[in-house]
Amino acid sequence: MTGRTAGSGVAVVGLGETEYYRHGGSPHPEFRLVLDAVRAAAEDAGIDPREIDGYCSFSDDRNAPTRIATALGARDLALSTMQWGGGGGGGAAAVANAAAALAAGYARYVCVFRGLAQGQFGRFGTASTSPHAEWPSSYEAPYGVLSAAQLFAMRVRRFMHDHGVTQEPLRAIALASYHHAQQNPRAVMYGRPLTPELYDRSRWIVEPFHLFDCCQENDGAAAVILTTTNRARHLRQRPAILMAAAQGADPRQSAAAHNAPDYASANTRNVARRLYAMAGLGPRDIDVVQSYENFTGGVMMSLVEHGFCEPEECVEYMTLDNFSVGTGKCPLNTSGGNLAECYMHGLGLVVEAVRQIRGNSPNQVPDAETSMVCSGPMAELVSSLILRR
Amino acid sequence: MSEVDRRAGRYLPPGLPRPVPHREGLDREFWEGTRRHELRVQHCADCRGWQFGPEWICHRCHSADLCWERVEPRGRVFSWERCWHPVHEALAGFGPYLVVLVELPAADGVRLVGNLLGDPLQEVVIGAEVEAVFEDQPDGETLTQWRRTRANESIGDVG
Ligand SMILES: [Zn+2]
Repeated sequence: MTGRTAGSGVAVVGLGETEYYRHGGSPHPEFRLVLDAVRAAAEDAGIDPREIDGYCSFSDDRNAPTRIATALGARDLALSTMQWGGGGGGGAAAVANAAAALAAGYARYVCVFRGLAQGQFGRFGTASTSPHAEWPSSYEAPYGVLSAAQLFAMRVRRFMHDHGVTQEPLRAIALASYHHAQQNPRAVMYGRPLTPELYDRSRWIVEPFHLFDCCQENDGAAAVILTTTNRARHLRQRPAILMAAAQGADPRQSAAAHNAPDYASANTRNVARRLYAMAGLGPRDIDVVQSYENFTGGVMMSLVEHGFCEPEECVEYMTLDNFSVGTGKCPLNTSGGNLAECYMHGLGLVVEAVRQIRGNSPNQVPDAETSMVCSGPMAELVSSLILRR
Repeated sequence: MSEVDRRAGRYLPPGLPRPVPHREGLDREFWEGTRRHELRVQHCADCRGWQFGPEWICHRCHSADLCWERVEPRGRVFSWERCWHPVHEALAGFGPYLVVLVELPAADGVRLVGNLLGDPLQEVVIGAEVEAVFEDQPDGETLTQWRRTRANESIGDVG
């Protein structure tokens, strides 16, 4: 590895996940799921959960660190940080915020967590019931542009138009997630393979997105614990060292009424540039990628902006073979991702990226040394990270 | 007869969120314009740049001297989507419907979202020329919808 000393001197040392349930299928309320995931991550790391003194989350998580620390009887709460903006685009950013706090010495063991019980709190895929729409949604919602799929589909359509892209790359991204989920008994879609025919026959949600281009809705919680590489040496697991992380946005991506200058985009150009610069790596150095599927079209544009292929090469490069562990140059979403493992707002992708470094993924890339996560393409704020052994 | 007329004066069913002007006044002139069936876009008095969606200052030169310039209500389809899955109770059993993102050449290509009137299953061509159809609402601000301009019905993909 040519990178600077791991960017931050911080590593992921603990992973915790609850069972993943279909939407509305959790027997427990959301807060209880979070406590279970945090405790599982501490157990995995080999620390007492009371030693966790920092919490970071994203996407307006409802489970406040003060409540978690209280429920756990923690001795100290030194960090309570919410990433601002971007929904699932804030996933890698929350990890970056944890790393920054650890590097600065604000906390000793920081837990990044996300809990979702959409059965308990209502679904993402349905629109707000407000009778009024005020700037900026007054320029969209009255025209029936209400859901995330409807907000993003025109970016993907324009990208496909600009670069002569057919439906095949979107289908390949969906197939890759379902393919990998068949080796992952924890995946919600385990035992439910997807075929090209099923994909083609599935109903449109909003063109160009079929049903299988859109993420699931699930209940569950996930947590990862970070600490400094010095402390990590004394813990239970092989540390996954955070080489680099970046968050942010491209110019004027939040301009109302779809006026972002670079519209046919995942909004990840600045993030990808800073990420690789910090890591001292390029796309050819990345062994395995977890790229957040809110919608497959966002994965396609994010992969392009992270340098894996040129826009005109999407159809040729983005195939099930090339995305599959064992046959592909770009193993993608190797636990089943948001589409087929679980939609834990992308934190499950961070967990899987760490498993690839530890060597215990259900679809292990042999000798994976570098592992990338790209969170929330097309959101108004996005983030990415690179882990290494 | 346009699609707006066929559906009792509106393209989409009643019950969707109704646009209201920004409570701090950011876009009052825009909605006053559409009520008069005029399209108005922010224009910087200092650097002469166009800006949309509306902001309090010009993003190019930071001038607060922004005017709402009337522009010709014609544009080109920049992107589109056909919505099938109803995500709002008002849309249950309704779809599909067409959404277009329209760029306005008269205002340096700023964009507006609207519905494309006519057959919801029609082929939509990026680059096709469209003109605004102002859709008055009985209980709120006027919407800006779009229809293909007749002279360009047969024009190919120029986007
Ligand atoms: Zn200006």
